[in-house]
Amino acid sequence: MHFAFTDQQLEFRDAVRQVLAKECTTDDVRAAYDAPAARTARWATLAELGVTGLTVPEDLGGLGLGLVDLVPLVEEAGRVALPEPLGTTVGIAAPLLVDLSAGGSGVPTTPLLTGIAAGALTVAVADARWPGAPVAGADGAEFLLLVDDGPDGPGLHALDGSATTVTPASSLDPTRRLGIPEWAPSADTLLVAGEAARAAIAVTADRAAVTTGAELLGLADTMIALTADYARDRQQFGKAIGSFQAVKHLLAGAQVLLEFARPVVYGAAWALDTRQADAPRAASVAKAYASDAALEAARVALQVHGAIGYTWECDVHLFLKRTWALAEAWGSAGDHRARLLDSLLAGR
Amino acid sequence: MDLHYTDAQEAFRAEARGWLEAHAPAPRSLPSLDTAEGFEAHRAWEAELAADRWSVVSWPEEYGGRGVGILEWLVFEEEYWRAQAPLRVSQNGVFLLAPTMFEFGTDAQKARFLPPMASATEIWCQGWSEPDAGSDLAGIRSRARRSDTEGGWVLSGQKTWASRGAFAEWCFGLFRSDPEAERHRGLTYFLVDMATPGVTVRPIPQIDGETGFAELFFEDVFVPDDLVLGEVGKGWNVAMATAGSERGLSLRSPARYSRAADRLVDLYAETMAADPNRAQRSADAVARAWMDAEAYRLNTLWTATRVLDGGSVGPEASANKIHWSETDLAIHRAALDLLGPAAELHGDGVDAPWLDGYLFALAGPIYAGTNEIQRNVVAERMLGLPRG
Repeated sequence: MHFAFTDQQLEFRDAVRQVLAKECTTDDVRAAYDAPAARTARWATLAELGVTGLTVPEDLGGLGLGLVDLVPLVEEAGRVALPEPLGTTVGIAAPLLVDLSAGGSGVPTTPLLTGIAAGALTVAVADARWPGAPVAGADGAEFLLLVDDGPDGPGLHALDGSATTVTPASSLDPTRRLGIPEWAPSADTLLVAGEAARAAIAVTADRAAVTTGAELLGLADTMIALTADYARDRQQFGKAIGSFQAVKHLLAGAQVLLEFARPVVYGAAWALDTRQADAPRAASVAKAYASDAALEAARVALQVHGAIGYTWECDVHLFLKRTWALAEAWGSAGDHRARLLDSLLAGR
Repeated sequence: MDLHYTDAQEAFRAEARGWLEAHAPAPRSLPSLDTAEGFEAHRAWEAELAADRWSVVSWPEEYGGRGVGILEWLVFEEEYWRAQAPLRVSQNGVFLLAPTMFEFGTDAQKARFLPPMASATEIWCQGWSEPDAGSDLAGIRSRARRSDTEGGWVLSGQKTWASRGAFAEWCFGLFRSDPEAERHRGLTYFLVDMATPGVTVRPIPQIDGETGFAELFFEDVFVPDDLVLGEVGKGWNVAMATAGSERGLSLRSPARYSRAADRLVDLYAETMAADPNRAQRSADAVARAWMDAEAYRLNTLWTATRVLDGGSVGPEASANKIHWSETDLAIHRAALDLLGPAAELHGDGVDAPWLDGYLFALAGPIYAGTNEIQRNVVAERMLGLPRG
């Protein structure tokens, strides 16, 4: 039992934090609102650091690491509301492609994985639970991993983004680059079907829950920090509003939720990396906890900022909008609680 | 990162499980520890635990422990709650005073007090709150003045809400030894023999009717110098170490909530079989409560690892206390909703433990510093907000 990150993992996190502090300011996020793009100079920097290839095998140009290594980095991405799809490409798509190549599916995953490691392409992944819904990151992704629910069970399909018509869908957070691909499942698009597809889709949903949860941790941390700064600074009735218990207790409540969400997300990443039998359960607890913590941080951030927080000018909304989107992505807190309870009852 | 216990820790678990299976009384077979009869029955059980060195596993062997680490203690607690063994009548001593005594006590104090604490020969209560000093603990007025004739102190004043005060042999308490000093600085931490002349105990029936706590009156109670814990005038610092234990790792092990949450899921399954519509209305609350217990378990392992790596627990203990007290309430509230009309049935019924547990849980957000005070600590010390 040693439930902690290694020094190396923390050093990598700190390096990424330093880079993002410079290269992903709120001005940069605002610029991405005006011109959303999957791959940017910032993405290239992350590729040079090894971040985009973190989960790609070493012989394909990556670092061959796991979710435990990735989660602190995705948390950093959340902390700055990184516009590029780090969680989706590195935490969800790449591990799925690795699984498929290891499973001998005959899928040509090598060019995709080397491309991800090099920062040359991003991959959008559809949530199988919401067929037909807009896919995050699909607008501008080089590859799309999609799911169809055929008569013989689900199939997992890959589409070349440049050869697919993707109709953009407008999100409250434009950096989500939502899109609805026009496609028809065919033998050419099919990667795997049947049991193999079912298993791949299930573990992908679990990884997505944990990765998205990690991003929500970072978002919650920033929303609380921005709001605590504001509460120390803003004066009413002749003193800082942060000295009033009504304000303190709002922020403390959000902080307690965040404190307890962190180990839950980290533990779920470990459970997935080490293929624990209860990993799906851990993933659901992680997403539910992280969603609740971030939604509460968002509520408190807006309330404590008051009217200024409701403006376009104040940076808070950049974090609120990502939070609201990610709280629902890959299953809401309620979805995951229902799934958890089903799992607990099935074990009885 | 590794969340597996080692083979040695699993072997320790097996040994604990074997012993508890052979020795633990049947669940709920002892009378309530808040009655005179139950208090003695619980004391006898702890003596049995102590005889085979299971009462304080993390203490050094010379004081009755096994000298194991915090992770082994967590493993033991998992087994203790799995066995549904009795509540610990010695908890104020072993979980609160002992960690403080290890940090601040003299060798003579440790040798004198720890072994009988481990065997429950001497049971401790806490003398902190006063009628006019609850959340504002630094406002206590009970006095300690230097004795004119002997080497020691004379205590006077009134303490209240002393859990197990009705039956305990010893009390650890805070008294104002320097009324001129700034209010946090003039306090001293005393160990008081409840049999000393001048100590009067008035038991207070709690919400469940049992005398779980008491008022303590001190009228010129003599306490020798060697019963001061820590330095004279430094009682606040010593008390905050005890409060850290109360809010942090040592008082409430996660196994307590994990077991209750598992039983809640059992109750949900039973209710589903009998009345699925009503059960389903509680589905989200049941899942939430289970998750809260699981988050507490993981947070404890996270914190324990940090402590083993040389870190410390600061204001996080306040976040911890908010979480465990609210988790306990959430678990029991969900259970009562599942029970419906049976929820109010009191006494020996099969479901009565849920009501008893709920009544106990209701005290959680109040004792060990109210959750409102804990939220102030989190806001001021973790988030840097200004004091009001």
